[in-house]
Amino acid sequence: MKPVYMISGGITKFAKAHPDKDFRLMVKEAYDYALRDLPRFSKDMISGAVGSYFSDHFTRQLKAASMVQDFLGLCPKPSKRVEGGGATGGLCFQSAWEAVASGRMECCVAFGFETMSRVNTWKGNEFIALASDTNFDFPVGGFYSGYYAMMVQRHMYEFGTTVEQMAMVSVKNHANALYNPYAQKAKRLTVKEVRESPMVATPLTMEDICTMSDGAAVCILASEDLAGKVCDRPVRISGVGSGSDAMRMADRPHGNVILLPHERESDYRNLKYPGVHSFRGGRMAAKLAYEMAHLQNPNDELSFVELHDAYTSSEIQTYEDLGLCKYGQGGRFVESGRPFMPGVDYGLELPEQGGLPVNPSGGLLACGHPVGATGLMQAVFAFWQLQRTMEKHLGNGTLQVKNPKRGLIHSHAGTGTYITVSILEAA
Amino acid sequence: MEETEPLIIHDHYEIDYHHSYAEDSPFFVGLGKEKLLGSRCTACGYTFATPRAYCMQCGAATQWHELPLTGRVHTFTTCHYGGEAFLKETPFTLILVEFDGADTLFLSRLKNLPPDQVRIGLPVRARFAKTPTFKVTDVWFEPLDHPRGQ
Repeated sequence: MKPVYMISGGITKFAKAHPDKDFRLMVKEAYDYALRDLPRFSKDMISGAVGSYFSDHFTRQLKAASMVQDFLGLCPKPSKRVEGGGATGGLCFQSAWEAVASGRMECCVAFGFETMSRVNTWKGNEFIALASDTNFDFPVGGFYSGYYAMMVQRHMYEFGTTVEQMAMVSVKNHANALYNPYAQKAKRLTVKEVRESPMVATPLTMEDICTMSDGAAVCILASEDLAGKVCDRPVRISGVGSGSDAMRMADRPHGNVILLPHERESDYRNLKYPGVHSFRGGRMAAKLAYEMAHLQNPNDELSFVELHDAYTSSEIQTYEDLGLCKYGQGGRFVESGRPFMPGVDYGLELPEQGGLPVNPSGGLLACGHPVGATGLMQAVFAFWQLQRTMEKHLGNGTLQVKNPKRGLIHSHAGTGTYITVSILEAA
Repeated sequence: MEETEPLIIHDHYEIDYHHSYAEDSPFFVGLGKEKLLGSRCTACGYTFATPRAYCMQCGAATQWHELPLTGRVHTFTTCHYGGEAFLKETPFTLILVEFDGADTLFLSRLKNLPPDQVRIGLPVRARFAKTPTFKVTDVWFEPLDHPRGQ
Protein backbone atom coordinates (compact mmCIF):
# COMPACT_ATOMS: atom_id res chain seq x y z
CA MET A 1 0.00 0.00 0.00
CA LYS A 2 1.20 3.50 -0.80
CA PRO A 3 1.26 6.22 1.84
CA VAL A 4 -1.82 8.48 1.76
CA TYR A 5 -2.04 12.09 2.90
CA MET A 6 -4.87 14.48 3.56
CA ILE A 7 -3.95 17.78 1.90
CA SER A 8 -7.03 19.92 2.43
CA GLY A 9 -10.55 20.04 3.83
CA GLY A 10 -13.60 22.23 4.06
CA ILE A 11 -17.00 22.24 5.74
CA THR A 12 -20.18 24.28 5.67
CA LYS A 13 -21.76 25.52 8.83
CA PHE A 14 -24.00 22.77 10.16
CA ALA A 15 -27.51 24.14 10.61
CA LYS A 16 -31.09 22.99 11.17
CA ALA A 17 -31.86 23.99 7.61
CA HIS A 18 -30.16 25.65 4.65
CA PRO A 19 -33.18 26.52 2.49
CA ASP A 20 -30.98 28.82 0.42
CA LYS A 21 -28.61 26.02 -0.66
CA ASP A 22 -29.39 22.60 -2.11
CA PHE A 23 -27.05 19.67 -1.44
CA ARG A 24 -24.96 20.46 -4.53
CA LEU A 25 -24.28 24.01 -3.44
CA MET A 26 -23.53 22.97 0.14
CA VAL A 27 -20.87 20.54 -1.09
CA LYS A 28 -19.49 23.16 -3.48
CA GLU A 29 -19.11 25.62 -0.62
CA ALA A 30 -17.02 23.09 1.35
CA TYR A 31 -15.12 22.06 -1.79
CA ASP A 32 -14.27 25.65 -2.76
CA TYR A 33 -13.06 26.29 0.79
CA ALA A 34 -10.74 23.26 0.55
CA LEU A 35 -9.39 24.42 -2.82
CA ARG A 36 -8.82 27.99 -1.60
CA ASP A 37 -6.82 26.62 1.33
CA LEU A 38 -4.43 24.91 -1.09
CA PRO A 39 -3.23 27.59 -3.52
CA ARG A 40 -0.67 25.45 -5.38
CA PHE A 41 -3.31 22.82 -6.15
CA SER A 42 -5.44 22.83 -9.28
CA LYS A 43 -8.57 20.92 -10.22
CA ASP A 44 -6.81 18.99 -13.00
CA MET A 45 -4.77 17.16 -10.32
CA ILE A 46 -7.95 15.43 -9.08
CA SER A 47 -8.15 11.82 -10.29
CA GLY A 48 -11.70 11.14 -9.08
CA ALA A 49 -14.18 11.42 -6.23
CA VAL A 50 -16.25 9.45 -3.73
CA GLY A 51 -19.52 10.90 -2.52
CA SER A 52 -21.50 10.01 0.57
CA TYR A 53 -25.00 10.63 1.82
CA PHE A 54 -26.99 8.35 4.04
CA SER A 55 -30.61 8.43 3.12
CA ASP A 56 -32.43 8.44 -0.20
CA HIS A 57 -35.55 9.15 1.87
CA PHE A 58 -34.15 12.47 3.11
CA THR A 59 -32.73 13.39 -0.29
CA ARG A 60 -35.78 12.35 -2.39
CA GLN A 61 -33.28 12.06 -5.20
CA LEU A 62 -31.54 8.82 -6.12
CA LYS A 63 -27.98 9.14 -7.44
CA ALA A 64 -27.66 12.52 -5.81
CA ALA A 65 -23.86 12.11 -5.69
CA SER A 66 -23.84 12.14 -9.50
CA MET A 67 -25.48 15.54 -9.39
CA VAL A 68 -22.76 16.79 -7.04
CA GLN A 69 -20.00 15.39 -9.28
CA ASP A 70 -21.60 17.26 -12.17
CA PHE A 71 -22.09 20.48 -10.15
CA LEU A 72 -18.43 20.49 -9.03
CA GLY A 73 -17.29 20.17 -12.65
CA LEU A 74 -15.62 16.82 -11.99
CA CYS A 75 -17.25 14.87 -14.86
CA PRO A 76 -16.11 12.65 -16.57
CA LYS A 77 -13.68 11.62 -13.80
CA PRO A 78 -14.38 8.42 -11.80
CA SER A 79 -17.03 8.72 -9.11
CA LYS A 80 -19.25 6.61 -6.88
CA ARG A 81 -21.46 6.87 -3.86
CA VAL A 82 -20.74 5.16 -0.55
CA GLU A 83 -23.52 4.52 1.99
CA GLY A 84 -23.31 2.94 5.41
CA GLY A 85 -25.78 4.53 7.81
CA GLY A 86 -24.22 6.83 10.39
CA ALA A 87 -20.75 5.69 9.33
CA THR A 88 -21.33 6.87 5.76
CA GLY A 89 -18.82 9.73 6.09
CA GLY A 90 -16.14 7.55 7.71
CA LEU A 91 -16.60 4.87 5.06
CA CYS A 92 -16.35 7.53 2.34
CA PHE A 93 -13.09 8.78 3.84
CA GLN A 94 -11.67 5.26 3.88
CA SER A 95 -12.89 4.61 0.34
CA ALA A 96 -10.93 7.65 -0.85
CA TRP A 97 -7.94 6.37 1.16
CA GLU A 98 -8.25 3.01 -0.62
CA ALA A 99 -8.24 4.70 -4.04
CA VAL A 100 -4.95 6.45 -3.28
CA ALA A 101 -3.33 3.63 -1.24
CA SER A 102 -3.93 1.17 -4.06
CA GLY A 103 -2.27 3.47 -6.57
CA ARG A 104 -5.49 3.73 -8.58
CA MET A 105 -5.68 7.48 -7.95
CA GLU A 106 -3.09 10.17 -7.22
CA CYS A 107 -5.73 12.39 -5.72
CA CYS A 108 -9.25 11.55 -4.57
CA VAL A 109 -11.89 13.97 -3.30
CA ALA A 110 -14.21 12.65 -0.58
CA PHE A 111 -17.42 14.67 -0.30
CA GLY A 112 -20.45 14.13 1.91
CA PHE A 113 -23.71 15.84 2.74
CA GLU A 114 -27.15 15.37 4.24
CA THR A 115 -30.33 17.42 3.94
CA MET A 116 -32.37 16.31 6.94
CA SER A 117 -34.52 19.45 7.16
CA ARG A 118 -36.79 18.23 4.37
CA VAL A 119 -39.04 16.43 6.84
CA ASN A 120 -40.12 17.10 10.43
CA THR A 121 -37.96 15.75 13.27
CA TRP A 122 -40.21 12.77 14.02
CA LYS A 123 -40.50 11.73 10.39
CA GLY A 124 -36.72 12.05 10.30
CA ASN A 125 -36.47 9.73 13.29
CA GLU A 126 -38.66 7.28 11.42
CA PHE A 127 -36.38 7.41 8.36
CA ILE A 128 -33.37 6.77 10.57
CA ALA A 129 -35.16 3.87 12.28
CA LEU A 130 -35.66 2.27 8.87
CA ALA A 131 -31.94 1.55 9.22
CA SER A 132 -32.93 -1.12 11.74
CA ASP A 133 -34.45 -4.48 10.79
CA THR A 134 -37.81 -3.53 9.26
CA ASN A 135 -39.37 -6.96 9.95
CA PHE A 136 -38.36 -7.36 13.58
CA ASP A 137 -37.15 -4.09 15.13
CA PHE A 138 -38.78 -1.14 13.37
CA PRO A 139 -42.44 -2.26 13.86
CA VAL A 140 -41.99 -2.66 17.63
CA GLY A 141 -41.54 1.10 17.93
CA GLY A 142 -38.47 1.70 15.84
CA PHE A 143 -36.54 4.58 17.36
CA TYR A 144 -32.79 4.82 17.57
CA SER A 145 -32.85 6.76 20.82
CA GLY A 146 -34.80 3.84 22.28
CA TYR A 147 -32.21 1.32 21.06
CA TYR A 148 -29.35 3.35 22.55
CA ALA A 149 -31.30 3.83 25.77
CA MET A 150 -31.60 0.05 26.12
CA MET A 151 -27.88 -0.33 25.51
CA VAL A 152 -26.92 2.17 28.17
CA GLN A 153 -29.39 0.74 30.69
CA ARG A 154 -27.41 -2.46 30.42
CA HIS A 155 -24.10 -0.56 30.58
CA MET A 156 -25.32 1.08 33.80
CA TYR A 157 -26.36 -2.33 35.18
CA GLU A 158 -23.07 -4.06 34.28
CA PHE A 159 -20.63 -1.29 35.19
CA GLY A 160 -22.37 1.23 37.43
CA THR A 161 -22.26 4.02 34.84
CA THR A 162 -24.42 6.97 35.96
CA VAL A 163 -26.66 9.46 34.19
CA GLU A 164 -24.55 12.25 35.71
CA GLN A 165 -21.44 10.87 34.00
CA MET A 166 -23.37 10.85 30.72
CA ALA A 167 -24.49 14.43 31.35
CA MET A 168 -20.84 15.46 31.77
CA VAL A 169 -20.24 14.41 28.16
CA SER A 170 -23.06 16.73 27.09
CA VAL A 171 -21.65 19.61 29.15
CA LYS A 172 -18.20 19.05 27.59
CA ASN A 173 -19.21 18.81 23.95
CA HIS A 174 -21.71 21.67 23.98
CA ALA A 175 -19.17 23.92 25.74
CA ASN A 176 -16.37 23.03 23.32
CA ALA A 177 -18.65 24.07 20.47
CA LEU A 178 -18.85 27.61 21.89
CA TYR A 179 -15.47 28.07 20.21
CA ASN A 180 -16.45 26.35 16.95
CA PRO A 181 -18.40 28.64 14.59
CA TYR A 182 -19.31 25.67 12.36
CA ALA A 183 -21.32 24.03 15.16
CA GLN A 184 -25.11 24.07 15.21
CA LYS A 185 -25.87 23.87 18.93
CA ALA A 186 -23.18 25.44 21.13
CA LYS A 187 -24.22 26.24 24.68
CA ARG A 188 -23.14 26.25 28.27
CA LEU A 189 -24.98 23.57 30.24
CA THR A 190 -24.86 22.09 33.72
CA VAL A 191 -25.31 18.43 34.64
CA LYS A 192 -28.61 19.43 36.27
CA GLU A 193 -29.86 21.12 33.08
CA VAL A 194 -29.02 18.05 31.00
CA ARG A 195 -30.97 15.83 33.40
CA GLU A 196 -33.92 18.24 33.56
CA SER A 197 -34.32 18.59 29.81
CA PRO A 198 -37.24 16.59 28.36
CA MET A 199 -36.94 12.81 28.69
CA VAL A 200 -36.77 11.11 25.28
CA ALA A 201 -36.12 7.45 26.12
CA THR A 202 -35.15 6.60 29.69
CA PRO A 203 -32.46 7.48 30.72
CA LEU A 204 -31.61 9.68 27.67
CA THR A 205 -32.82 13.28 27.66
CA MET A 206 -32.90 15.77 24.76
CA GLU A 207 -29.44 17.01 25.79
CA ASP A 208 -28.00 13.47 25.65
CA ILE A 209 -28.87 13.18 21.96
CA CYS A 210 -27.48 14.83 18.83
CA THR A 211 -29.69 16.85 16.52
CA MET A 212 -30.55 16.56 12.85
CA SER A 213 -28.70 18.87 10.60
CA ASP A 214 -28.06 20.10 7.08
CA GLY A 215 -24.44 20.36 6.05
CA ALA A 216 -21.58 19.19 3.87
CA ALA A 217 -17.89 18.37 4.24
CA VAL A 218 -15.03 17.71 1.82
CA CYS A 219 -11.61 16.05 2.25
CA ILE A 220 -8.90 15.96 -0.40
CA LEU A 221 -6.57 12.94 -0.20
CA ALA A 222 -3.37 12.55 -2.20
CA SER A 223 -0.28 10.43 -2.79
CA GLU A 224 3.00 11.31 -1.06
CA ASP A 225 4.40 12.74 -4.27
CA LEU A 226 1.48 15.06 -4.94
CA ALA A 227 1.09 16.01 -1.26
CA GLY A 228 4.75 17.09 -1.15
CA LYS A 229 4.28 19.30 -4.21
CA VAL A 230 1.12 21.17 -3.29
CA CYS A 231 0.77 21.14 0.50
CA ASP A 232 3.00 22.78 3.12
CA ARG A 233 1.66 20.70 6.01
CA PRO A 234 0.13 17.45 4.74
CA VAL A 235 -1.31 15.02 7.30
CA ARG A 236 -0.58 11.33 6.89
CA ILE A 237 -3.37 8.77 7.27
CA SER A 238 -1.32 6.12 9.05
CA GLY A 239 -4.03 3.61 9.94
CA VAL A 240 -7.51 2.61 8.89
CA GLY A 241 -9.75 -0.04 10.38
CA SER A 242 -13.40 -0.95 10.29
CA GLY A 243 -15.74 -3.44 11.86
CA SER A 244 -19.33 -4.63 11.85
CA ASP A 245 -21.99 -6.37 13.91
CA ALA A 246 -25.39 -8.03 13.58
CA MET A 247 -28.14 -5.69 12.42
CA ARG A 248 -30.45 -6.76 15.25
CA MET A 249 -28.79 -5.99 18.54
CA ALA A 250 -30.87 -8.81 20.03
CA ASP A 251 -28.68 -11.19 18.00
CA ARG A 252 -25.34 -10.04 19.45
CA PRO A 253 -23.34 -12.76 21.19
CA HIS A 254 -22.26 -12.81 24.84
CA GLY A 255 -18.68 -14.09 24.50
CA ASN A 256 -15.09 -12.96 24.98
CA VAL A 257 -13.62 -9.47 24.61
CA ILE A 258 -11.49 -8.74 21.54
CA LEU A 259 -8.27 -7.59 23.20
CA LEU A 260 -6.13 -4.57 22.26
CA PRO A 261 -2.31 -4.70 22.60
CA HIS A 262 -2.35 -3.07 26.04
CA GLU A 263 -5.03 -5.37 27.49
CA ARG A 264 -4.99 -8.89 28.95
CA GLU A 265 -7.59 -11.64 29.16
CA SER A 266 -7.47 -11.35 32.95
CA ASP A 267 -8.85 -7.78 32.65
CA TYR A 268 -12.20 -9.20 31.61
CA ARG A 269 -12.70 -12.56 33.35
CA ASN A 270 -16.41 -12.17 34.02
CA LEU A 271 -17.48 -9.91 31.17
CA LYS A 272 -19.90 -11.31 28.59
CA TYR A 273 -19.09 -9.45 25.40
CA PRO A 274 -20.27 -7.50 23.51
CA GLY A 275 -23.83 -8.14 24.67
CA VAL A 276 -25.77 -4.94 24.10
CA HIS A 277 -23.50 -2.74 26.25
CA SER A 278 -20.48 -2.61 23.93
CA PHE A 279 -19.69 -2.22 20.24
CA ARG A 280 -17.72 -5.20 18.97
CA GLY A 281 -17.45 -3.56 15.53
CA GLY A 282 -15.84 -0.49 17.10
CA ARG A 283 -13.32 -2.62 18.95
CA MET A 284 -12.47 -4.47 15.71
CA ALA A 285 -12.09 -1.17 13.83
CA ALA A 286 -9.77 0.18 16.53
CA LYS A 287 -7.69 -2.98 16.65
CA LEU A 288 -7.12 -2.96 12.88
CA ALA A 289 -6.34 0.76 12.77
CA TYR A 290 -3.90 0.50 15.72
CA GLU A 291 -2.14 -2.44 14.06
CA MET A 292 -1.69 -0.53 10.80
CA ALA A 293 -0.50 2.62 12.60
CA HIS A 294 1.72 0.58 14.99
CA LEU A 295 0.04 1.92 18.14
CA GLN A 296 0.63 0.01 21.39
CA ASN A 297 -1.37 2.12 23.80
CA PRO A 298 -3.84 4.63 22.35
CA ASN A 299 -4.17 6.45 25.66
CA ASP A 300 -0.49 7.44 25.55
CA GLU A 301 0.00 7.78 21.82
CA LEU A 302 -3.03 9.81 20.71
CA SER A 303 -3.18 13.60 21.06
CA PHE A 304 -6.96 13.86 20.58
CA VAL A 305 -10.01 11.90 19.42
CA GLU A 306 -13.04 12.95 17.36
CA LEU A 307 -15.60 10.20 17.91
CA HIS A 308 -19.21 9.55 16.94
CA ASP A 309 -21.14 10.87 19.96
CA ALA A 310 -24.67 10.56 18.59
CA TYR A 311 -25.51 9.96 22.26
CA THR A 312 -23.63 10.87 25.45
CA SER A 313 -23.90 7.19 26.31
CA SER A 314 -22.28 6.08 23.06
CA GLU A 315 -19.35 8.43 23.69
CA ILE A 316 -18.77 6.60 26.99
CA GLN A 317 -19.20 3.20 25.33
CA THR A 318 -16.76 4.24 22.60
CA TYR A 319 -13.99 5.30 25.04
CA GLU A 320 -13.97 1.64 26.02
CA ASP A 321 -14.13 0.20 22.49
CA LEU A 322 -11.17 2.39 21.52
CA GLY A 323 -9.23 1.26 24.60
CA LEU A 324 -8.92 4.78 26.04
CA CYS A 325 -9.92 3.01 29.26
CA LYS A 326 -10.89 -0.56 30.13
CA TYR A 327 -14.42 -1.82 29.49
CA GLY A 328 -16.60 -0.64 32.33
CA GLN A 329 -14.51 2.42 33.18
CA GLY A 330 -15.94 4.85 30.61
CA GLY A 331 -18.00 6.69 33.20
CA ARG A 332 -15.00 7.15 35.49
CA PHE A 333 -12.94 8.25 32.47
CA VAL A 334 -15.29 11.24 32.00
CA GLU A 335 -15.17 12.05 35.70
CA SER A 336 -11.36 12.07 35.60
CA GLY A 337 -11.59 15.03 33.22
CA ARG A 338 -9.20 13.48 30.71
CA PRO A 339 -11.54 13.84 27.69
CA PHE A 340 -12.15 17.56 28.38
CA MET A 341 -10.18 20.35 26.69
CA PRO A 342 -7.50 22.02 28.77
CA GLY A 343 -8.08 25.71 29.36
CA VAL A 344 -11.87 25.67 28.95
CA ASP A 345 -14.07 26.34 31.99
CA TYR A 346 -16.84 23.74 32.19
CA GLY A 347 -17.98 24.58 35.73
CA LEU A 348 -16.94 21.07 36.83
CA GLU A 349 -14.26 19.57 39.08
CA LEU A 350 -11.93 17.79 36.66
CA PRO A 351 -8.78 16.42 38.33
CA GLU A 352 -7.04 15.33 35.11
CA GLN A 353 -8.60 17.89 32.74
CA GLY A 354 -7.28 17.74 29.20
CA GLY A 355 -5.22 14.54 29.35
CA LEU A 356 -6.71 13.29 26.08
CA PRO A 357 -9.30 15.66 24.58
CA VAL A 358 -12.26 13.84 23.03
CA ASN A 359 -14.48 15.75 20.62
CA PRO A 360 -12.73 19.10 20.94
CA SER A 361 -14.93 20.25 18.03
CA GLY A 362 -18.10 19.64 20.03
CA GLY A 363 -18.78 16.34 18.28
CA LEU A 364 -22.13 15.34 16.87
CA LEU A 365 -23.93 16.43 20.05
CA ALA A 366 -23.10 20.08 19.42
CA CYS A 367 -21.93 20.33 15.79
CA GLY A 368 -24.99 18.43 14.53
CA HIS A 369 -25.13 15.17 12.57
CA PRO A 370 -25.78 15.69 8.84
CA VAL A 371 -25.06 12.00 8.41
CA GLY A 372 -23.14 11.78 5.12
CA ALA A 373 -20.99 14.76 6.11
CA THR A 374 -20.35 13.84 9.73
CA GLY A 375 -17.44 11.41 9.35
CA LEU A 376 -15.76 13.80 6.91
CA MET A 377 -16.34 16.74 9.26
CA GLN A 378 -14.36 14.82 11.89
CA ALA A 379 -11.53 14.35 9.38
CA VAL A 380 -11.49 18.08 8.57
CA PHE A 381 -11.28 19.04 12.26
CA ALA A 382 -8.56 16.42 12.83
CA PHE A 383 -6.67 17.73 9.80
CA TRP A 384 -6.79 21.32 11.05
CA GLN A 385 -5.72 20.16 14.53
CA LEU A 386 -2.67 18.35 13.13
CA GLN A 387 -1.83 21.24 10.80
CA ARG A 388 -2.14 23.48 13.88
CA THR A 389 -4.45 25.77 11.90
CA MET A 390 -7.53 25.68 14.13
CA GLU A 391 -7.18 29.39 14.89
CA LYS A 392 -7.03 30.26 11.19
CA HIS A 393 -10.12 28.21 10.34
CA LEU A 394 -12.23 28.75 13.48
CA GLY A 395 -11.25 32.36 14.16
CA ASN A 396 -9.92 31.48 17.62
CA GLY A 397 -7.34 29.04 18.96
CA THR A 398 -9.19 27.79 22.06
CA LEU A 399 -9.80 24.33 20.61
CA GLN A 400 -6.27 23.90 19.22
CA VAL A 401 -4.68 20.90 20.95
CA LYS A 402 -1.08 21.82 21.84
CA ASN A 403 1.62 20.06 19.78
CA PRO A 404 -0.67 17.36 18.43
CA LYS A 405 1.12 14.39 16.89
CA ARG A 406 -1.65 11.93 16.20
CA GLY A 407 -5.44 12.04 16.13
CA LEU A 408 -8.16 9.42 15.83
CA ILE A 409 -11.49 9.77 14.03
CA HIS A 410 -14.35 7.31 14.57
CA SER A 411 -17.55 6.98 12.55
CA HIS A 412 -20.42 4.73 13.62
CA ALA A 413 -23.59 3.32 12.04
CA GLY A 414 -26.79 1.79 13.35
CA THR A 415 -26.47 0.14 16.74
CA GLY A 416 -22.82 -0.51 15.83
CA THR A 417 -23.31 -2.30 12.51
CA TYR A 418 -20.56 -0.47 10.58
CA ILE A 419 -17.81 1.37 12.42
CA THR A 420 -14.66 3.00 11.06
CA VAL A 421 -11.54 4.18 12.86
CA SER A 422 -8.84 6.18 11.05
CA ILE A 423 -5.57 7.49 12.49
CA LEU A 424 -4.11 10.76 11.20
CA GLU A 425 -0.57 11.96 11.96
CA ALA A 426 1.20 15.28 11.62
CA ALA A 427 3.82 14.76 8.90
CA MET B 1 -33.70 37.95 -9.57
CA GLU B 2 -30.95 37.73 -6.95
CA GLU B 3 -33.42 38.96 -4.35
CA THR B 4 -35.72 35.92 -4.83
CA GLU B 5 -36.35 34.07 -1.56
CA PRO B 6 -35.87 30.27 -1.63
CA LEU B 7 -39.11 28.75 -2.91
CA ILE B 8 -40.32 25.87 -0.72
CA ILE B 9 -43.11 23.60 -1.95
CA HIS B 10 -44.88 20.73 -0.16
CA ASP B 11 -44.79 17.32 -1.76
CA HIS B 12 -46.56 14.14 -0.57
CA TYR B 13 -45.14 10.65 -1.20
CA GLU B 14 -46.85 7.31 -0.57
CA ILE B 15 -46.26 3.78 -1.76
CA ASP B 16 -47.65 0.24 -1.22
CA TYR B 17 -45.18 -2.60 -1.04
CA HIS B 18 -45.73 -6.33 -1.62
CA HIS B 19 -43.50 -7.52 1.17
CA SER B 20 -42.64 -11.20 1.63
CA TYR B 21 -41.28 -12.55 4.90
CA ALA B 22 -39.90 -15.37 2.72
CA GLU B 23 -37.86 -17.88 4.76
CA ASP B 24 -38.82 -16.12 8.00
CA SER B 25 -42.57 -16.62 7.32
CA PRO B 26 -43.05 -19.52 9.81
CA PHE B 27 -42.16 -17.15 12.66
CA PHE B 28 -45.04 -14.82 11.80
CA VAL B 29 -47.47 -17.68 11.24
CA GLY B 30 -46.29 -19.08 14.58
CA LEU B 31 -47.32 -15.91 16.42
CA GLY B 32 -50.92 -16.60 15.33
CA LYS B 33 -50.63 -20.02 17.06
CA GLU B 34 -49.19 -18.42 20.21
CA LYS B 35 -45.74 -19.79 19.53
CA LEU B 36 -42.41 -17.98 19.62
CA LEU B 37 -40.04 -19.52 17.11
CA GLY B 38 -36.30 -19.02 17.37
CA SER B 39 -33.62 -20.94 15.53
CA ARG B 40 -31.09 -23.55 16.62
CA CYS B 41 -27.96 -24.33 14.65
CA THR B 42 -27.89 -27.93 13.39
CA ALA B 43 -24.07 -28.00 13.62
CA CYS B 44 -22.95 -26.04 16.71
CA GLY B 45 -26.22 -25.90 18.65
CA TYR B 46 -26.12 -22.10 19.07
CA THR B 47 -29.67 -20.96 19.75
CA PHE B 48 -31.04 -17.64 18.53
CA ALA B 49 -34.18 -16.08 19.99
CA THR B 50 -34.98 -14.76 16.49
CA PRO B 51 -35.42 -16.39 13.09
CA ARG B 52 -32.09 -16.86 11.33
CA ALA B 53 -32.01 -19.40 8.53
CA TYR B 54 -28.26 -19.79 8.92
CA CYS B 55 -26.07 -19.68 12.01
CA MET B 56 -24.21 -16.40 12.59
CA GLN B 57 -21.48 -18.31 14.46
CA CYS B 58 -20.62 -21.19 12.13
CA GLY B 59 -22.69 -20.66 8.98
CA ALA B 60 -24.60 -23.96 9.10
CA ALA B 61 -28.35 -24.18 8.51
CA THR B 62 -30.57 -23.78 11.55
CA GLN B 63 -33.84 -25.48 12.44
CA TRP B 64 -36.87 -23.86 14.03
CA HIS B 65 -36.77 -23.93 17.82
CA GLU B 66 -39.77 -23.22 20.02
CA LEU B 67 -38.87 -20.72 22.71
CA PRO B 68 -40.38 -20.71 26.20
CA LEU B 69 -43.20 -18.20 26.63
CA THR B 70 -41.61 -16.78 29.77
CA GLY B 71 -38.29 -15.00 30.14
CA ARG B 72 -36.61 -12.07 31.89
CA VAL B 73 -35.99 -8.41 31.05
CA HIS B 74 -32.38 -8.12 29.87
CA THR B 75 -32.65 -4.36 29.36
CA PHE B 76 -35.39 -1.78 28.82
CA THR B 77 -36.35 1.80 28.05
CA THR B 78 -39.54 3.84 28.06
CA CYS B 79 -39.85 6.00 24.93
CA HIS B 80 -41.54 9.38 25.43
CA TYR B 81 -40.94 10.31 21.80
CA GLY B 82 -40.56 8.14 18.73
CA GLY B 83 -40.61 7.94 14.99
CA GLU B 84 -43.70 9.62 13.51
CA ALA B 85 -45.46 6.27 13.04
CA PHE B 86 -45.28 5.56 16.79
CA LEU B 87 -45.64 9.04 18.32
CA LYS B 88 -49.32 8.46 19.18
CA GLU B 89 -48.35 5.32 21.13
CA THR B 90 -45.94 7.10 23.48
CA PRO B 91 -45.01 6.50 26.20
CA PHE B 92 -44.25 2.84 25.43
CA THR B 93 -41.70 0.49 26.96
CA LEU B 94 -39.25 -1.54 24.88
CA ILE B 95 -37.46 -4.55 26.34
CA LEU B 96 -34.93 -7.11 25.21
CA VAL B 97 -36.06 -10.47 26.57
CA GLU B 98 -33.68 -13.26 27.62
CA PHE B 99 -34.93 -16.86 27.63
CA ASP B 100 -33.59 -19.98 29.30
CA GLY B 101 -32.02 -22.16 26.62
CA ALA B 102 -31.39 -19.32 24.12
CA ASP B 103 -28.05 -17.60 23.54
CA THR B 104 -29.49 -14.35 22.18
CA LEU B 105 -32.32 -11.93 22.94
CA PHE B 106 -35.69 -10.82 21.52
CA LEU B 107 -36.92 -7.23 21.13
CA SER B 108 -40.51 -6.59 22.14
CA ARG B 109 -42.82 -4.24 24.04
CA LEU B 110 -43.60 -4.57 27.74
CA LYS B 111 -47.19 -3.74 28.71
CA ASN B 112 -49.21 -3.73 31.92
CA LEU B 113 -46.48 -2.22 34.11
CA PRO B 114 -45.80 1.42 35.03
CA PRO B 115 -42.46 2.55 33.53
CA ASP B 116 -40.91 3.27 36.94
CA GLN B 117 -41.39 -0.36 37.98
CA VAL B 118 -39.50 -1.93 35.06
CA ARG B 119 -36.17 -3.47 36.05
CA ILE B 120 -33.50 -5.73 34.64
CA GLY B 121 -34.20 -9.34 35.62
CA LEU B 122 -38.00 -8.87 35.85
CA PRO B 123 -39.77 -12.15 34.93
CA VAL B 124 -42.08 -11.66 31.94
CA ARG B 125 -44.60 -13.66 29.97
CA ALA B 126 -45.47 -13.50 26.24
CA ARG B 127 -48.95 -12.41 25.20
CA PHE B 128 -50.35 -12.74 21.68
CA ALA B 129 -52.86 -10.81 19.60
CA LYS B 130 -56.26 -12.50 19.32
CA THR B 131 -56.48 -11.45 15.68
CA PRO B 132 -53.10 -11.81 13.98
CA THR B 133 -51.84 -8.94 11.84
CA PHE B 134 -48.76 -10.97 10.86
CA LYS B 135 -46.42 -8.37 12.27
CA VAL B 136 -43.87 -8.83 15.02
CA THR B 137 -46.17 -6.76 17.24
CA ASP B 138 -48.54 -9.78 17.37
CA VAL B 139 -46.48 -10.67 20.42
CA TRP B 140 -45.70 -8.50 23.46
CA PHE B 141 -44.77 -9.17 27.06
CA GLU B 142 -46.22 -8.42 30.49
CA PRO B 143 -44.91 -9.08 34.01
CA LEU B 144 -45.22 -12.74 34.98
CA ASP B 145 -47.14 -11.76 38.11
CA HIS B 146 -49.73 -9.75 36.16
CA PRO B 147 -53.15 -11.48 36.33
CA ARG B 148 -53.80 -13.26 33.02
CA GLY B 149 -56.38 -11.85 30.67
CA GLN B 150 -56.33 -8.30 32.00
